[in-house]
Amino acid sequence: MRYMIMIYANEAALANVPAEARVQMSAAYGAYTEALKKSGTWLAGDRLRPSQATTSVRIADGKTNVIDGPYADTKEQLAGFYMIEAADIDTAIEWAARCPAASTGTVELRPIWEMDEYMPKS
Amino acid sequence: MDTRPEIARAAAEAAARQSYGKLVAWLAARTRDVAGAEDALADAFAAALERWPRTGVPEKPEAWLLAVARRRRVDAVRRRLTSEAGRDHLKLIAEEAEARMTDEDLPDERLRLMFACAHPAIEAGVRAPLILQTILGFDAATIASAFLVSPATIGQRLVRAKNRIRETGIPFRVPERAELGERLDAVLEAIYAAFAEGWTDPAGTETRRRNLATEGIWLGRLVASLLPEEPEALGLLSLMLFAEARRAARRDTAGEYVPLAEQDHALWDHALVDEAETLLGRAATMGAIGRYQLEAAVQSAHVARRLSGRTDWAAIRALYEALFSIAGSPVVAINRAVAIAETEGAVAGLAALYVLGDDKRLNDYQPYWAARAGLLARLGQAPQALEAYDRAIGLERDPAVRRFLQAKRAALMH
Repeated sequence: MRYMIMIYANEAALANVPAEARVQMSAAYGAYTEALKKSGTWLAGDRLRPSQATTSVRIADGKTNVIDGPYADTKEQLAGFYMIEAADIDTAIEWAARCPAASTGTVELRPIWEMDEYMPKS
Repeated sequence: MDTRPEIARAAAEAAARQSYGKLVAWLAARTRDVAGAEDALADAFAAALERWPRTGVPEKPEAWLLAVARRRRVDAVRRRLTSEAGRDHLKLIAEEAEARMTDEDLPDERLRLMFACAHPAIEAGVRAPLILQTILGFDAATIASAFLVSPATIGQRLVRAKNRIRETGIPFRVPERAELGERLDAVLEAIYAAFAEGWTDPAGTETRRRNLATEGIWLGRLVASLLPEEPEALGLLSLMLFAEARRAARRDTAGEYVPLAEQDHALWDHALVDEAETLLGRAATMGAIGRYQLEAAVQSAHVARRLSGRTDWAAIRALYEALFSIAGSPVVAINRAVAIAETEGAVAGLAALYVLGDDKRLNDYQPYWAARAGLLARLGQAPQALEAYDRAIGLERDPAVRRFLQAKRAALMH
């Protein structure tokens, strides 16, 4: 099954991380990504720029609204993601727990709703 | 910091779990309906967990739980919430158990319940969670966090296992001598799984998991006291106490990880170590060696450093060889390879590790990569060591251990 690991982080806290810790954190992510790849679990994944770089787009009454900032203005923001292939939710939880963000912020796991289940061919 | 209120609360909680487990076991042993037994006592148990830490443990805790369960039953609203089975069970305890408890203690059927939960007909992976739920009253969410599984999944598996106990007619009894060995293994394995999950709690900061180690020891004490002639039951308790004794030494004051070889043994709990040694010594006189006694003996060899000042790797290696021949898991094989490296050198150790390389399970197993990295580093094979450290770091979920491995890796670069 495919799962998306969504990493939620407190951006204000992240901005204040000292340079040395940032290097260590980055190395931990590097090692985590490698471990995912080596085990054949990794499908995709990337880091996102902070939410201040977000642009939201919405069309209402035929008018396009372009808004500076995220859809929901919360303290913890989506900071990155991984797409993984795991046998079941327990295996996915095991990998989510290894994600460096699990010990600092929150990591959310969502199964992909595959097309053949979303719209089964009859 | 004043820890007294916390200790009082822990004592009250332990008493509530103990009384609850005794009642559930007593009821379930009569009806073979574990879910119904839990159902009958759920409200009363919740009330005890909430109240006893404030008021203290009542003089007759089981009678207290029963009285509350009865009162709740009279409550019409509650009655609608309580299932049919729960109501029937309540009637049973109310009539039979209360009469019994006026002059004598309720017979302790928890060991029988544990044997039912650890029955071969029950899916192996759910035995430890099932024991924790039925004997200690842990909810699915707590168990899910402890064993890193999804709460919904474990909830379903627990329900299914309880149904199986009833539907397949799993007996509530301590097996006869002839079959006791194998069956006891399953019980001990479940207890050890609970303890190990709690023990891996990084900083001892996750209360839920720390409690799990405590509960594991508590169950171990219960089994050892009920089966005092079983060397492996004593061996397991000894093993857990050795590990628990080192809890405080596993982190330094800054919260950083300290490997066993570098731990300050003044921080070990020497009373626990002594108790563990006594248990192991008693088990050894019974003349039936087993996995847990051997693992406890490894622990004993490690802590002997507090007296001799050095670690006796030759002894540890011999113990792992013995362990490998009776329980050759990949985990034992890794430890054996490390002991070989300490006695014969890194090349021999690495060779023993490489033999394991074909085992797919080790691919995502942090200790394998950490051991491999350490030995490669010792041999000056920096590039391969760096790669192995990266694997280990990427597979670790404890931030302190991750930092420790990163520091080791960084040291290789200089």
